[in-house]
Amino acid sequence: MRGALIREGSIIAIALLAAAAAGSLLVLAYGQSPAAVYGLLFKSTWTSEHGIGQVLFKATPLVLTGLSVALAFRAGLFNIGAEGQLAVGAFATAVAGGALPLDAPAALALPIALLAGATAGALWGAVPGALKAWTGAHEVINTIMMNFIASGLVLYAGNSGLFVAETEHTRHVVEGAYLPDLGLSGSAANLSVFIALACAGGVWYFLARTRRGFELRALGLAPMAAEAGGVDLKRATLLAMTAAGGLAGLVGANYVLGYKHYFENGMGSGAGYMGIAVALLGRNHPAGVVVAALFISTLQHGGLAASELVPRQLIDVLQAVIILAVAASSAEVRRLLAKSPEARA
Amino acid sequence: MTDILVIAFVLQTLRIAAPILLAALGGVVSERSGIVDLSLEGKLLLGALATEIGAHATGSAVVGAAAGVAGGMLTGALYALVVVRFRADQVVSGIAINMLAIALGAYLIQLLYRSASNAPRIPGLPGNLLANPLFWLAVLLVPAVHLLIARTRFGLRVRAAGEHPDATASLGVSVPRVRWLAALLSGALAGLGGAWLALENHSFLSDMAAGRGYLALAAVIMGNWRPVGAALACLFFGAAQSLQIQLKTSGILAIPDSLASIIPYVLTMIALAGFIGRTRPPASLGRE
Repeated sequence: MRGALIREGSIIAIALLAAAAAGSLLVLAYGQSPAAVYGLLFKSTWTSEHGIGQVLFKATPLVLTGLSVALAFRAGLFNIGAEGQLAVGAFATAVAGGALPLDAPAALALPIALLAGATAGALWGAVPGALKAWTGAHEVINTIMMNFIASGLVLYAGNSGLFVAETEHTRHVVEGAYLPDLGLSGSAANLSVFIALACAGGVWYFLARTRRGFELRALGLAPMAAEAGGVDLKRATLLAMTAAGGLAGLVGANYVLGYKHYFENGMGSGAGYMGIAVALLGRNHPAGVVVAALFISTLQHGGLAASELVPRQLIDVLQAVIILAVAASSAEVRRLLAKSPEARA
Repeated sequence: MTDILVIAFVLQTLRIAAPILLAALGGVVSERSGIVDLSLEGKLLLGALATEIGAHATGSAVVGAAAGVAGGMLTGALYALVVVRFRADQVVSGIAINMLAIALGAYLIQLLYRSASNAPRIPGLPGNLLANPLFWLAVLLVPAVHLLIARTRFGLRVRAAGEHPDATASLGVSVPRVRWLAALLSGALAGLGGAWLALENHSFLSDMAAGRGYLALAAVIMGNWRPVGAALACLFFGAAQSLQIQLKTSGILAIPDSLASIIPYVLTMIALAGFIGRTRPPASLGRE
């Protein structure tokens, strides 16, 4: 356990150092001082209540998509489809929340809106899961295809009467489905941050303490041994992708129920792909995912403030460099450790 | 009148298909060597960016296209560095390369031209497709890549690396070296596709790949990892989109763009599931 922590820690440390160096070069290329940019990045996020609130707001969808990718990954599956799952989920959340009677109480409206989002996302994950289980079709390609299908279908459904005329957004959800904000100096942070944390706890409990969670990990670690041990691989595959889709489908809680109160075309886009980075940085562990989401959202919100000095896209470059560096260093560190005499003994 | 419509339809189909085809040919090469190539989107985009830089600096479309090839190869080299040298996860790295390309494109046009969204105008391709040398190059590249993979020593090694890397290595062929070359060639081809995009538009846009790289990957799969098959899939995608445009402008039948846009993706899923003839990926795709 301690060895694993040191290993994972050194992977992240090496990657972050490499990324910080690459970031500094990009800042220097633009004729600015890296210290000033990194300073501004920190100051605009963790030193004010509003900054912290914005970081939490931006971390919430990343926790959910990060958990989605991580859960599938623990079952040996790549969920590249969080992007599409969150789109259909957020859309369904808004449509369900807007179709309720105006006086629907929160005790009814909130669960319905959330359940609609999770169900739509789960369905979007279940399709590639079922195709993988029963036809062997690779889930990476299918989830990517489902992302494009999601954005086409959401736009189609919206334009067929679910968007307000002449706009690309739905009508408002009923007030009973609003998630109150946390009151952090006008930031957009809202109660959905606790929904995301509860999901992280739930995923941890599911993986570590339940039979189905164990089966899912067995599928990821050693599918043939799992099958010999009586695990229904098809069912475990379907379950993993469905649950992963459901998690991503909850993203609407943050943007729709907690912030805008309607769905807008393109809402939350990018959070699904960023979930891959969050899962990778968080080493596919629910607690790691939460920390990684906070880190990425700090970069994202801090990047807005740093755009006084350098183009905002520099932070996007940095995020991509971090992913590449973590992916490269995790393979490298594993290999070095495998060669070391201690590991062999 | 009908003749003109048919000719316009065919030309538009070819014009839409060409950049996707170039990327798909690249995808065939790298995937046959065993590398999952999700990075085609990034190669297209950075190829287009390099084309802008080259063509803007020299005022020549030819230099621009050559720069596009170089830009695609650089992207391919970065991808190979991460997945072949450091053996990083190919799926994660491919997605990261695409994210990097979008961000780097937007960052570099700000750095070079101090403009937030669009880059300066560059020379372009001839308006007449049949007078466009890049078009004929794309057409010739289909049999060329086919022959390269099916008939040459290098092609045999690419296929061997993609099917049985261990056996290939035991014969004294360096699998990493073969994959490096395949990744560079894939970058060159997709970079040419990027050059097409930038030259056709007379300017680089940071979101100009617009999913074409993923569409190219879909064409690779639909075409069963063969150049000719991938080319047919690209033609089909181009025809579907061209038909959609013609139906819309002529007002005959209005299928919303949003719905029409999902057709290639749905078909790819159907093909992968084995409902229209079995597709078979290289045996060691994505493995070391």
